[in-house]
Amino acid sequence: MAEPHKLAEFIATRSSTGGHGRYPRVEIDVSSWQIAIGQLESQNWILFGLWGERDSVNMALLDESASDVAIVTLPCVEGSFPSVAKRHSPASRLERAIRDLFGLEAEGAPDVRPWLDHGCWDVSQPLRKAGIEKIVQPYRFLSAEGESLHQIAVGPIHAGIIEPGHFRFHANGETIVRLEARLGYAHKGTESLMRGSSLERGAKLAGRVSGDSTVAYAAAFARATEAANAVDVPVRAHWLRALMAELERLANHFGDIGAICNDASFSLMHAHCSVLRERVLRAADFCFGHRLMRDCIVPGGVSSDVDATRVGMLRALLAEIGRQFPALIELYDNTASLQDRTVSTGILKPELARQFGAGGFVGRASGRNFDARKAFAYPPYDQLSFEVPVLSEGDVNARVWIRIREVQQSVSLIEQILAQMPAGPIRSQLPNASGEGLAIVEGFRGDILVSVRLAEDGTIERCHLRDPSWFQWPLLEAVIEGNIVADFPLCNKSFNCSYSGHDL
Amino acid sequence: MRKLLLQSLIRAPLTEILTKVDDAEIADLASKLDVASRRRLGRSLSIREVDAGSCNGCELEIHALNNAFYDLERFGLKFVASPRHADVLFVTGPVTKNMCQALERTYSATPSPKWVVAVGDCAIDGGLFAGSYAVSGGVAEVLPVNLYIRGCPPRPQDLLRGLLALLETPT
Repeated sequence: MAEPHKLAEFIATRSSTGGHGRYPRVEIDVSSWQIAIGQLESQNWILFGLWGERDSVNMALLDESASDVAIVTLPCVEGSFPSVAKRHSPASRLERAIRDLFGLEAEGAPDVRPWLDHGCWDVSQPLRKAGIEKIVQPYRFLSAEGESLHQIAVGPIHAGIIEPGHFRFHANGETIVRLEARLGYAHKGTESLMRGSSLERGAKLAGRVSGDSTVAYAAAFARATEAANAVDVPVRAHWLRALMAELERLANHFGDIGAICNDASFSLMHAHCSVLRERVLRAADFCFGHRLMRDCIVPGGVSSDVDATRVGMLRALLAEIGRQFPALIELYDNTASLQDRTVSTGILKPELARQFGAGGFVGRASGRNFDARKAFAYPPYDQLSFEVPVLSEGDVNARVWIRIREVQQSVSLIEQILAQMPAGPIRSQLPNASGEGLAIVEGFRGDILVSVRLAEDGTIERCHLRDPSWFQWPLLEAVIEGNIVADFPLCNKSFNCSYSGHDL
Repeated sequence: MRKLLLQSLIRAPLTEILTKVDDAEIADLASKLDVASRRRLGRSLSIREVDAGSCNGCELEIHALNNAFYDLERFGLKFVASPRHADVLFVTGPVTKNMCQALERTYSATPSPKWVVAVGDCAIDGGLFAGSYAVSGGVAEVLPVNLYIRGCPPRPQDLLRGLLALLETPT
């Protein structure tokens, strides 16, 4: 009998290890692992995460048609597992990271170069049972050969105020033949620090995975711990979390829209969008006591409530956005010199977006209709009305337009939240129990996945945080091919992948 | 576009006056700065920002310094693209081991006299990431630091006050 395409059926026939909240986790053998890889390869399922344990490897799978997510665990008896990347390339960097951190080998992997480990740590494979002595390997960039090709090396420190990463271009004159990114410069060892931490400290670490997504990460971490403890948080806390999440989305989208235009030297748009961003941050500061709303979401609920004055302030913010933003959209749409830079630049083909399961505006600008708020309808989004904008052009312009539409949707969502938010308590106590939980939250950049396992005393035994950038960074390399070097900042900004979130 | 530009002409500017606060810490650090070097700097500083593995939170707030509300350049302060043009290195993050070499090279590429500002709690002592195998635990582990600006991330006003402390002569 052929294996079912439905993830739920695949999982049902295998022995469950019990909870991960609403998402099942099953331990499987090598043959089932291969079947799962086959389903990824034929694109029935989407790779949603791949991370190591001391002696096993976990893979999160998404069946998009049914909005099902499950985790499969493969014990690594010999310290190795069959490579997923061998047949499904989006797994490649994840496998390289697993080896760098846990020392688990992906058998038959197409790329065995280190990824996060640059040979600068005192130990190698720091998360394995016992760290081993340092191994330093030379790093070879992929090559491109041909007449008059030259290399351009950029980074890790860039000309602007951005995160560290290295980009190696092979170019023919101005035209880029190949781009390869080398990341890991911002690796802080967050997952090792998570081990043995209290939930309180874990929440703070999660909130510092990627500064621009501090709300989304804190929410994902909190939801995962609540799933592990099988605790429901007060309804109002869900609404306040969504309020913060939408404010964060607004701030980031304003920042991005302006910055993309700025990278096309259209600073007027940048100046106006920066003002709107600042207004959002100030409103957030007034309402929650922190401009980025850091540490405002905690396991069990949220740390502060909004009163009538604060609601009034937020309504004023929405009114101001309503007054200013339409003129900016018009400005973007009617400036031919700007459109000349963004239209048909850096095209991401829908097939690639689908293969990599690219989330956020990167996926949605290339025809992938996926948004965790809709797919999993976690509260309060199940009670709110909103649209997920999707375009198919896949160029810089489409990624700008997705952001513009999402700003409009977020404004509407905040209006609905302010009008409908139920009264009540905002925090419940977690019981300090053992368990495991998984949560998926839609950040401004895409879907964030957090898996957590708690020990008997309620401390964190293992916590994995998967940034949407893992499945977006490789696509930037594909997108840039055939574009000119001068358009790289534009393409890069339109993706706005996280370095810190990816490097962890 | 014309309408937008015209409106900006007739509208009052958004830029705000920076209120001074008595920050003992900043005043103390500022007083330690060499008076002679202040004279050489005059009232203008070029700043090179280096992200040494921050979460990007500090960068977001440093970016905000350029918006209309804070308008960094009115104080004679500007961010430059190369350390060779810089007087000040503005370093964020716990200084990951993977960034140590790049940070050291940036410092040596900066002409003297030069100042190093450690921005944010991570840059001060590694913050929440102190003790990790992957971080050095603060800028001072790698470079001599002249000024610390606290916060996670520091607010734009705090960043501005810290920078102005570098410019103003101690009283």
